[in-house]
Amino acid sequence: MTFGDWAGEPGNWVFVVLALVMVGGALRVVTSRNVVHAVLFLVATLAGSAGIFLLLGAEFVAWTVVLVSIGAVVVLFLFGIMITRAPLGYDTALDHERRWPAALIALAVFGLMAWSLLIFFEDRVIDEGVVRSADLGTSIFERYVIPFEVVSFLLLAALIGGIVLARRDPEEETA
Amino acid sequence: MTVVQFSLLASALFAIGIYGVLVRRNAIMVLLAVELMLAAITLNLVAFGTLFEDELASGQIFALFVIAVGAAEVGIGLAIVLLVFRNRSTANVDELDLMKW
Repeated sequence: MTFGDWAGEPGNWVFVVLALVMVGGALRVVTSRNVVHAVLFLVATLAGSAGIFLLLGAEFVAWTVVLVSIGAVVVLFLFGIMITRAPLGYDTALDHERRWPAALIALAVFGLMAWSLLIFFEDRVIDEGVVRSADLGTSIFERYVIPFEVVSFLLLAALIGGIVLARRDPEEETA
Repeated sequence: MTVVQFSLLASALFAIGIYGVLVRRNAIMVLLAVELMLAAITLNLVAFGTLFEDELASGQIFALFVIAVGAAEVGIGLAIVLLVFRNRSTANVDELDLMKW
């Protein structure tokens, strides 16, 4: 596939816009000096990923990302920031002093993954097609029902664990 | 659309997440960077699931599982950060060196 063919598809331009929003938002998540701004940039990145899922025809996953990640996880993060009294406003001590080794490691990981992906999947073209939510549900409740139950058990365990960890001991309070 | 463009975007997000985990000092900011890495993994799963076009839609189903596990991870992680903050009045990962030899 030449670049001309690639640029001829309108879906690819939507992809470019979404990818720029996501990478820009992600960079601001890890570099922002303001913790609340970092969480809000994470919203931009997750919304971009929901757009990419719509582009790939994965509607149910896209709306799940909007509901669970943007709706619940981000609110949880904002509560966590408020409860732990993280420094609101601009804070210069949010990052380590030595950023360059970390940036070098991140670049090396990206280079390695990009290199191997380009070698093995260079010209594999995705056929567009929408996966219906009904098919997804049939597949979950027939073939993948045991992993589904395992995940629901994990969520229950996480719920109980969160309560146990976060609440104060009653005896501790009376003493 | 090629599969490489989605995978390259996902690996860029993953690398940015690694940078965030290494460089941030506040534990909540570290969890935020982990959330970025989870988003990258979900993207990869859906892209390759669409490429292989299996009838069971396994890529999307495992993307849903990753989202669910990520939500559980954030809940537990924030509870632990809260507990650490209550005991030591700091959420700074540099100062948590109790188990450091």
